[in-house]
Amino acid sequence: MREYALLILFFSSISTMSQNCDNTLSGRVTDIHNGELLVGVTLTIANTEQSVQTDFDGFFSFSKLCNDTYYIQVSHPYCLTKGYKVRVLGNTNKSFKLEHHIEELNQITIDGKAFKNKSKTVLESSINKDELERFSTGSLGNALNSLSGVSSLNTGNSVVKPIINGLHSSRVVIMNNGVRMEDQRWGVEHAPNIDINSAGNLTLIKGAAALQYSGDATGGIIIVEAPKIAVKDTVFGKTSISGISNGRGISINSRITKSNLNGWYTTIQGSLKRTGDTETPNYLLSNTGVFEKNTSIKFGFNRFDYGIEAYYSIFKNQLGILRASHLHGAQDQVRGISSPVPLIINDFSYNIDAPRQDVTHHLGRILGYKELGRRGKLSFQYDFQKNNRLEYDIRRGDDRDKASTDLELITHTIQSNFESNRSNTLHIKTGIIGRYQKNYPNPGTGIRRIIPDYTKYDLGAYAMFDTNINESLIMEIGGRFDYTHMNVYKFYRKSFWESRNYDTLLPEIVVEEVGTQILTQPKLNFYNSSATLGATYSLKENYNLFFNYSLASRAPNPSELFSEGLHHSSARVELGDLQFNSEVGHKFAITLQNSNENYSFAIQPYINTINNFIVIEPVDVQETIRGNFQVWEYRQTNAQLIGVDVDASYPINKKLKLNHQFSLVKGYDRSRNEPLINMPPANFKNEIVYKNSEYNNLRISLQSAYVFRQNEFPNNNFDVYIPQTESYELVDFSTPPDSYHLLNFNSSIDFKTSKKTTLTAGLEISNLLNTSYRNYLSRLRLYADDLGRNYLLTLKLNY
Amino acid sequence: MKTVKFLSTTIFATALIFSCSSDDDSTPEPVLEEEVITTMTITLTADGQGDVILQTQDLDGDGPDLPVVTVSGNLSPSTMYSGSIVLLNETEDPAENMTLEIAEEALEHQFFYTVGSGLNATTGYSDADDEGNPVGLYFDLVSGQESSGTITFTLRHEPNKNAAGVSDGDISNADGETDIEATFDVSIQ
Repeated sequence: MREYALLILFFSSISTMSQNCDNTLSGRVTDIHNGELLVGVTLTIANTEQSVQTDFDGFFSFSKLCNDTYYIQVSHPYCLTKGYKVRVLGNTNKSFKLEHHIEELNQITIDGKAFKNKSKTVLESSINKDELERFSTGSLGNALNSLSGVSSLNTGNSVVKPIINGLHSSRVVIMNNGVRMEDQRWGVEHAPNIDINSAGNLTLIKGAAALQYSGDATGGIIIVEAPKIAVKDTVFGKTSISGISNGRGISINSRITKSNLNGWYTTIQGSLKRTGDTETPNYLLSNTGVFEKNTSIKFGFNRFDYGIEAYYSIFKNQLGILRASHLHGAQDQVRGISSPVPLIINDFSYNIDAPRQDVTHHLGRILGYKELGRRGKLSFQYDFQKNNRLEYDIRRGDDRDKASTDLELITHTIQSNFESNRSNTLHIKTGIIGRYQKNYPNPGTGIRRIIPDYTKYDLGAYAMFDTNINESLIMEIGGRFDYTHMNVYKFYRKSFWESRNYDTLLPEIVVEEVGTQILTQPKLNFYNSSATLGATYSLKENYNLFFNYSLASRAPNPSELFSEGLHHSSARVELGDLQFNSEVGHKFAITLQNSNENYSFAIQPYINTINNFIVIEPVDVQETIRGNFQVWEYRQTNAQLIGVDVDASYPINKKLKLNHQFSLVKGYDRSRNEPLINMPPANFKNEIVYKNSEYNNLRISLQSAYVFRQNEFPNNNFDVYIPQTESYELVDFSTPPDSYHLLNFNSSIDFKTSKKTTLTAGLEISNLLNTSYRNYLSRLRLYADDLGRNYLLTLKLNY
Repeated sequence: MKTVKFLSTTIFATALIFSCSSDDDSTPEPVLEEEVITTMTITLTADGQGDVILQTQDLDGDGPDLPVVTVSGNLSPSTMYSGSIVLLNETEDPAENMTLEIAEEALEHQFFYTVGSGLNATTGYSDADDEGNPVGLYFDLVSGQESSGTITFTLRHEPNKNAAGVSDGDISNADGETDIEATFDVSIQ
């Protein structure tokens, strides 16, 4: 690798060997943000080791240069090092701009730099701290929903799973403070276990291009980073309190940071949210309360060339699932779906009864890094996660208060990453990772395990290279390999085992027969390769063209492999297949972007072709003593998703700005030639924002969100016999609801309460017109409308 | 680069240690579902007549096997039968009598009997919970003239027993969730 870097450097400077060498190159180095002159900047000419520093006026000068092209590295302790190509012809004057972060610590992330680009050839979307604070009472999914190309798969208002360009769950990787979240994300009713208030910045990468994080993100990667900490002797923080009308709730969160000039820092953060039953414009949604408690602590020591950090967070969430959505067989579903109002509406309550979820997620990490001078930067990280998921159902007898699902997922990860700074034009990122995971489903629930006992080992390695071919072209190439081994203990029902013919196909994995069940020990291996190839071309007048191809491979998750039986929360029988292999996605994305002071826009078309795509779909209706249940079976097929995301904004004047967003995605099962289920319908968002920084930062915005009806969907409806009417009735799971239009209002104003403190008051009204609507991507749409108007009043004190 | 090599060795070695220590895992214990009702047996008795037994048995629960439905014989015309229902969980050995659990939670359970249009018979409750509403573990069935058709037994969990018609056996306003639903083909001869 080192040789390769040297080779590149050698070839890139070969042209410097020529004659007539008595020219000077001089100029100034300034801060890109405010034009301030930078003192003590080192400029080095590649291959000659000739080096100078800027003086107190930010001035530098090289002498004895030839008429030729030189590669110059410009570096400063508090700036990102940059490389430039300079053509010298006679005495030449040239000025440089650097991005300067004197007040901010060199943030500890895997990358080592704060909030910098994660991929060079995919346009990233991000949500900064100020925008995030507007979502402080919501969830991660709510915040991400504000980005184009992101929708969410909901179970009521509290379980909000992000969908990126039509894909979700195991196809979306979430990195929380450098740790890949392992929180049982395979289930559609499993929300990400992250407190939005612990984040300082959210970055979204559509597709799998950021191989340093994972190779299996066919949908995309969400990167959650903590706020930056200033390197000075200071104590600062914020506390906010919000009142929520819909749900009659309250949310409090607070954060305090102490940092020292010597590099030590500590941050403690906590948040609490409690709401009761929410309501639609016409009725209460009984049992939809939420009780969320989170806390995190971070401390570390940070110097420019080395540092260490420890982080620990606990996330605890209890949430109720709409009581009326809990139904048994198909006959019950007919009643629930045909009823214009939910079957059960009780008086308002803060109680969270069954059906409910109680999830606790612990996350700890230790990270250390060391700058190895010109060689690069090396980091090492260990992280630990423990996720305990309890799901409570409506039960009988002694089991009434017992959880029906009790899963404990423990994950340990170690990784080491290396980033090379050796060359100005070639940037290398490489790393290796090892992970151990153990799932323990508690048999004490008295209900057969929905996810089996397993241990899983992952080993991975990646390397990524990006290089500036010339001033306007950046190329990026990367590869990653992951090996996964799963050792599973799974009880199958004998009747299922035989109906699948596993008794003749896989007799060797049987351990023993226990009554009507068979204990098996499948050992599975997956070898996954992933890659990315991309280019960014800067055209004239601020136009940028991004092209990226990414190859992603994802091993099937335990739910897809081992489901076998009634899934109570969705009232259907789900069947997996332990013979599945990895799904492989190929995504091509092009982005045309322009950003200047008059307008900005980005158009991002893409096509994602996924082989061995795992879908679950209904195949049968099964008769049981409890009535009829629809049987959904996982199968592998070839899928294709085609779509486009458009963002545009246009300032009318200094205070008024228009923002527009449009997203469209079409998903097809190419083997069966039918649409994929749960594809987000096209949606269109338009917003007008008024912001006056001269008048207490007053900000007022009005947003219109129009969601079209999804017209392409697979028809999974079926008929069921109702003995009471002696007729067959349709169970309509498939037909999407109508299009809808929502208006949202948002406002905030700052008051300087003292020299160091600012009070911000905010009022937000969502669903301003109290519109009744149902969302195709909400699992509860069959039984109830979505939320009505909500007033949210927030007071925030920054100190 | 030396450091990288060292670290990578450490990582792979640690992974190896993890993988070695896992081989001595003991096998997990099976879950025997406690709440499952596998078998419903309805016994119809009448003076001077042989018992008629209707049974549905679904030993693999929500597994792929269909419930086995048996009817021991025909009903006699114009006869008043006393009916009783026994529920078992036969996944356990010995089988657990689930009828007791329903009787204990009588307030939250009710059986409904739906007689298909072809069958000439009427039903009525002969038991009550603490609030005087029917549970339906015991009932009467009066057969009419010779005919044949279906009779469906439905057990609802948490029904609204006070809704109109529910205590008279009309299921249409009962709500709640279905715990059992079984249909039998019956003849009166």
